[in-house]
Amino acid sequence: MTTTSPVADAPPLVQSRKRAGRWMGWAFVGPFMAVFLLVFVAPVLYAFYLSLFQNQMVGGDKFVGGANYLQALGDPQFWDSVIRVAVFLVVQVPIMLFLALFAALALDSGRLRASSFFRISVFLPYAVPAVVATLMWGFIYGPRFGLFGSINDFFGLNLGEPLSSSWILASIGNINTWEFTGYNMLIFYSALKVIPAELYEAANLDGAGTFRVIRSIKLPSIRGAIGIASIFSVIGSFQLFNEPNILKALAPNSISSYFTPNMYAFNLSFAGQQFNYAAAISIIMGVLTVVVAYVVQISGSRKDA
Amino acid sequence: MKNNHRFRRAAGAALAASLLMGGLAACSSSGTTANAGAEGASAEDIAKALDTETTLTVWGWAPQLEPIVEAFEAKYPKVHVNLENVGTGNAHYTKLQNAVKAGSGAPDVAQIEYNALPQFALSDSLVNLKDFGAEELKDNYTASTWGSVNLNGGVYALPQDSGPMAMFYRADVFEKHGISIPTTWDEYVEAGKKLHAADPKAYITSDTGDAGFTTSMIWQAGGKPYTLDGSTKVAVDLQDEGAKKWTGTWNQLLKNDLLSPVTSWSDEWYKGLSDGSIATLIIGAWMPANLESGAEAASGKWRVAPMPTYEKGAAATAENGGGGDAVLKQSKNKAAAYGFLQFANGPEGSKIHAANGGFPSTTADLESDSFLNAENAYFGGQKINKVLVQASKDVVPGWSYLPFQTYANSIYSDTVGQAYGSKGELNDGLKAWQDATAKYGQQQGFTVTTK
Repeated sequence: MTTTSPVADAPPLVQSRKRAGRWMGWAFVGPFMAVFLLVFVAPVLYAFYLSLFQNQMVGGDKFVGGANYLQALGDPQFWDSVIRVAVFLVVQVPIMLFLALFAALALDSGRLRASSFFRISVFLPYAVPAVVATLMWGFIYGPRFGLFGSINDFFGLNLGEPLSSSWILASIGNINTWEFTGYNMLIFYSALKVIPAELYEAANLDGAGTFRVIRSIKLPSIRGAIGIASIFSVIGSFQLFNEPNILKALAPNSISSYFTPNMYAFNLSFAGQQFNYAAAISIIMGVLTVVVAYVVQISGSRKDA
Repeated sequence: MKNNHRFRRAAGAALAASLLMGGLAACSSSGTTANAGAEGASAEDIAKALDTETTLTVWGWAPQLEPIVEAFEAKYPKVHVNLENVGTGNAHYTKLQNAVKAGSGAPDVAQIEYNALPQFALSDSLVNLKDFGAEELKDNYTASTWGSVNLNGGVYALPQDSGPMAMFYRADVFEKHGISIPTTWDEYVEAGKKLHAADPKAYITSDTGDAGFTTSMIWQAGGKPYTLDGSTKVAVDLQDEGAKKWTGTWNQLLKNDLLSPVTSWSDEWYKGLSDGSIATLIIGAWMPANLESGAEAASGKWRVAPMPTYEKGAAATAENGGGGDAVLKQSKNKAAAYGFLQFANGPEGSKIHAANGGFPSTTADLESDSFLNAENAYFGGQKINKVLVQASKDVVPGWSYLPFQTYANSIYSDTVGQAYGSKGELNDGLKAWQDATAKYGQQQGFTVTTK
């Protein structure tokens, strides 16, 4: 009540200005909202609409309701792809975030020589387009004439075949780690930079050592950044597509057409014209990603409290 | 005029092999196009259309299309051709399929390979060229390519190139190890063993599993794994006699580690073709131009021989790749589009095509002295076309692809590829491929029978 009374008491002119202000806000977000509706909400709704139909080469379109969703939930190839990215998420993301955190702390310690060179060289892979990065690694992994093959030949070793079906997921994880460690490092590093210097002074006075400072000041202060980076990485893992799809040309038998959920949806719609079923799979994956990202966020903020 | 075409169409339908087939074709064409009768055109109509200001859009990736389009525009200055390369192979078909599905945006003319043709023809996306009198062109093309564009009693494309298979081999490698050139598959396996024993880095060939190669090999062995009955009934049998004949040979190579595990068209593959670690290639007649550009260093070392056979002396081969050009139903100027096909896939276009490294499907070009007797410097002066043209005559007849072959090929690596990856039993892989293919066909509304 008390908050609304000044408005009620205000002269009409102010009131109308306030009302205009209310629309003014919409005017400012308008361009964003228009684009958001056009390129985000509308496609999602359209995908949902598509997912309720079935198109056959013989028979044409028909409305099938939730049949595509039921089919997806019982589709072993779909679950195979989901489990694969889940494994990828559980293994690759912690390794990458740990390396990024380590690099950020090293930068922040101020004890590094040529720190700006270090920073840029760790970050640089992120600037390499994923397609180029994957092609490059594909050449390195080549068993006959690639770097891997040459090292094996030269030293008479057998380091395994990175493109074989048992190693391919780890090989892709390696590419992703190489690509995104620098990006995450930058998130962590900028979060470290805004920690107030007073905290360090206080710690210094209390006689805390480097690792004590990291444990009690730095890590708790950048928990928010770690949460953000985790969520980005979760989303990135579930959307894994570029790397396996490009490597498939080099290792067709190690990477199936349903290697990741995105690849499965892509191949269903563009090789098999099953647009409707692919739409259902995309919607399920979207929901699944939101749920997992939310769980990650919740568990992150619980520690905060 | 119109009545004449209706009559021709009806006569064509009646002549079709089965009544059901004809009934369905007539049904679908009259059901989907509002003015079905206006689809065909006479020679005068086509000539008139080519003398009218028009723009045609052509989608294709074959490098020979560019000079063909230039020559076409020079001959018919009123027709402007937009040649667009929207992707190679599957990427191209994806865009084409999307445009067909969207109902607009498709080109007037599109390049379509023989194995993808049924998919577009049977889904009613292409114009039946019989309505334009394409039937008369039958004798201009080799039997196997004409058979590939002839589907369910209709003609859905005019052939451009063809790929009768032959064996390309490294004469220097065979000579160095004193191995004779294999003429049968048994000799081929033996040669593979000898070669790999003599030089552990050398392999008789490379193969990590390729759907087009597998189907062509089954084709050569006399298999007919895909049979179409009308446009909705399909039978898949990847364990027929021909398929088993092929796996009987290929399993020996695969299980004994005699196949170089290098994926075709990769950088490593071209290196292998250059340095002699891949000693032979069983591949379509369009390969020479690729060898010349991709394995320049091996100039003078490659030769061509007929494809090995199962029975000594009984020549048999198969088509591997190749395709033609089709007119889309969406085209607003079908007469001019067909006029383009007549040029591009007729005598004028096929000469330009052959002159630019393509392997023709037109009998006149294949039989011409200049083509047959051309000495190819890359192949040490061998008259390779003599071998390749003979191959085009030895193609085993009666093959057909599935109306959803592009999808079937896209899941090949999930099934047969697994057998390759684990050096397992190819028959198991083929069975898995058959099941996955049949499942997809059923989902798409086809009646699929498997054995």
